[in-house]
Amino acid sequence: MTEQAAEEPFHDTDRQEQADRLGMLVFLASEIMLFGGIFAATMALRIQHPQDYMKAASHLRLALGTANTAILLTSSLAAALAVEGARSGRSRWAARALAAACLLGTAFLAVKGYEYAGEYREGLMPGTAAAHFSGPLQRLFMDLYFLATGLHAFHVLTGIVLMLTAALNRTALHDRRAVLIGNVALYWHLVDIVWIFLFPTLYLAGVP
Amino acid sequence: MSIAVRRLLLAWIGLIALLALTVGLAFLPLGAAKPAAAYLIATAKAALVLWYFMELRREGGLPRLAAGAGFVWLSVLLVLTAADFLSRN
Repeated sequence: MTEQAAEEPFHDTDRQEQADRLGMLVFLASEIMLFGGIFAATMALRIQHPQDYMKAASHLRLALGTANTAILLTSSLAAALAVEGARSGRSRWAARALAAACLLGTAFLAVKGYEYAGEYREGLMPGTAAAHFSGPLQRLFMDLYFLATGLHAFHVLTGIVLMLTAALNRTALHDRRAVLIGNVALYWHLVDIVWIFLFPTLYLAGVP
Repeated sequence: MSIAVRRLLLAWIGLIALLALTVGLAFLPLGAAKPAAAYLIATAKAALVLWYFMELRREGGLPRLAAGAGFVWLSVLLVLTAADFLSRN
């Protein structure tokens, strides 16, 4: 992906780079549809049972959700700065920015794990022995919460691995077109966008 | 600091400000407008990320179309689902 010469079937690297980005954007569109089903389900639940939905959502920790939003937004900034660094020829800078984005991503997962532990103790984790819900709607809400945040956390983990790989790749760091780093950053920004919409859907919905 | 870096920093400041705004609005007595305000702000944040961080501002029509396609189809799913549930009974 980072080679200087064009590969088959491309005649020039410009075209190849455009195809790389376009492929990533099309893949990200499919990711949007993957999460879209969950958003449609939460929306239907909220329209049908607005009061119960709010009550179920109020058990989540808004402070932790807000902190995690800020963490993820900042890690997106770091990923964008890494692209800028590679483009301007400052490869060490790019590596550091990628490492910072990875660290922030790990911090996000740590906060998420702390939240999950709290929800387990409160008996809000479906499928566990201690689970007890006030009604079927709270059960359904927590199912969707763990499905959505779990799938998202998996994407965060994937993003961290991708960014680490890029940070350790000398060819990618010295690529003035920042093709690999640029595409990895695109993936990371989409993970950020998914969370931007999960935040009002899960956390803000619980404020009476 | 180059213009590109400054632009990214400004976008980040905008994102954090919108986050503070959306959390603040959640505690105001807005009634039915509350979810609408929250999702409007979320859309604004997503637009900032798409435009500045994902660099759609530098792209031509085709990549923009590809980036928007997922959102367009998702909005079809959401609008039709909402139309069903809102028009029942």
